[in-house]
Amino acid sequence: MPLFPYFSYFYFFQLIKFLSWAFIMEPIIVEIENLSLKYLKYTALSGLNLSIPRGSFVSIVGPNGAGKTTLIKLILGIENPTEGSVKVLGKNPQFLSPFEIGYVPQIKTLDRSFPAIPLELVFTGMTARWAGAFQKKKMEDVMNALNQVGVLSLAKNHLNSLSGGELQRVYLARALIRKPKLLVLDEPAMGIDWVAEKDIHKIIDEYKAVSGASVIMVTHDWESAYHHADFVLMLNRSKICFDKPETAFKEECISKTFGHVGHQHKFIMSGERHDA
Amino acid sequence: MLDFITQSFMQRALLAGVLVGFISSYLGVFIVQRRMSFMGDGLAHAAFGGVALALFLNTQPLWIAIPFTIIASLGITLVREKTNLGTDTSIGIIFAVSVALGIIFLSLKRSYTADAFAYLFGSILAVQTADLLITAGLAVITIATFFRFWSRWAYATFDNELAKTDRIRVTNDDYILNTLIAITIVVSVKIVGIILVAAFLVIPAAGARLLTNTFFKMTVISIILGIVSSIIGLWMSYIFDLPSGATIILVQAFFFFISMFYKKIFSG
Repeated sequence: MPLFPYFSYFYFFQLIKFLSWAFIMEPIIVEIENLSLKYLKYTALSGLNLSIPRGSFVSIVGPNGAGKTTLIKLILGIENPTEGSVKVLGKNPQFLSPFEIGYVPQIKTLDRSFPAIPLELVFTGMTARWAGAFQKKKMEDVMNALNQVGVLSLAKNHLNSLSGGELQRVYLARALIRKPKLLVLDEPAMGIDWVAEKDIHKIIDEYKAVSGASVIMVTHDWESAYHHADFVLMLNRSKICFDKPETAFKEECISKTFGHVGHQHKFIMSGERHDA
Repeated sequence: MLDFITQSFMQRALLAGVLVGFISSYLGVFIVQRRMSFMGDGLAHAAFGGVALALFLNTQPLWIAIPFTIIASLGITLVREKTNLGTDTSIGIIFAVSVALGIIFLSLKRSYTADAFAYLFGSILAVQTADLLITAGLAVITIATFFRFWSRWAYATFDNELAKTDRIRVTNDDYILNTLIAITIVVSVKIVGIILVAAFLVIPAAGARLLTNTFFKMTVISIILGIVSSIIGLWMSYIFDLPSGATIILVQAFFFFISMFYKKIFSG
């Protein structure tokens, strides 16, 4: 004789299934509904609807002023929508723990006069605060993270002395040390050379493959978007196209987003897509 | 040589110098890294307007000067946000208006205005026990903020938006920092004078910045330079019979220039 009647177990398992779907296996990582953001008379984004499936790599492409960085800020929870809603991992991003998202900002925002070393910057990935002193155990994790991205030897150099590519790796180590479910990158290729860009993509692709994390990357580099992304969002104040790269990079989407097709298009479409 | 310590007015001056040196050189690291040096100067002159108003109204200067300076700092933010003008221009406008108001208040008083000049050039040798208590209270508050806010202010100083993504309430924290800076300026003005207060907020931190590559070490070195400069400056002003505030600043500047050439001197 079971302790409880059969149906109790049935509902118990249904509950477990629901909880695992809701909290662990949520199939959509970012859900955006009718999103608009206005600054006084200026409309940065309007009427955006978007669902990003868990585990996917999404590249956001669009002209300057298209609202790409604004969209990133809304996903990170540091901007509030004027209308509509954003949900990341099923929650309002403002209430999400900072450790669930790994964020790599544009390196051009860095104040190079600030006295800091890579060790300290990666430490903020662990503590979400600027550290005065380092705990030994956490220090080992920071060193491992720097090693993972290949800049361990620079751990105690002044940030000011690092090249764009080295700095981007340090920011990437800071993001990856959180083992985030969502990795958000804002123009990681800006100001770095071709080899450094390839290395950074290799690290991102490896992390994604091992962890199953989702990646959102704003980029002006169509080639990397074409080769690495599962989906491309063509954005110009609102969603123009959201599709697989082969479809998103067709003339129709590009001309609607940018107003013209441009010469980059033929160059990208001529190459074979190597799957990420 | 050390007999100056036995004089009670000198003991008070020394304590005041150490406290002001500590507070201002600690806050100075944020002022220097946030490029707010001119703000310190502007607020010191705003404090002059507040002090003059208090003298005109025959009340305790601190209680008028503190709100006056805080309003001036809000005025700077308001001018900057309502126009497309830069922070330096907003500071320049509020700075001039505060000094103009100060001069008008003093001219309306028509009686002896020596007190106002004490505020212009400081009167560290005439520091009263009440001033010391207020400065010590401010030092205690500053130490308390060190444990609660240093890592958050430092993070926001490094990258405001990155700090926001880590759920630091940057705007609130900035209000607290700016209010503390405004109060420090008003309290320091009585001791080192309006002209010299900005130097206290900038020179030790700037020197420290040149000596290290981490913000924590910069903070510690700045505090040490601030305190040591006050002690040496006071001692030298006593020995050579020089104006105390100005001597302290020259000692700070001496350390700054040593820092500038530190690498050349010590690495051959």
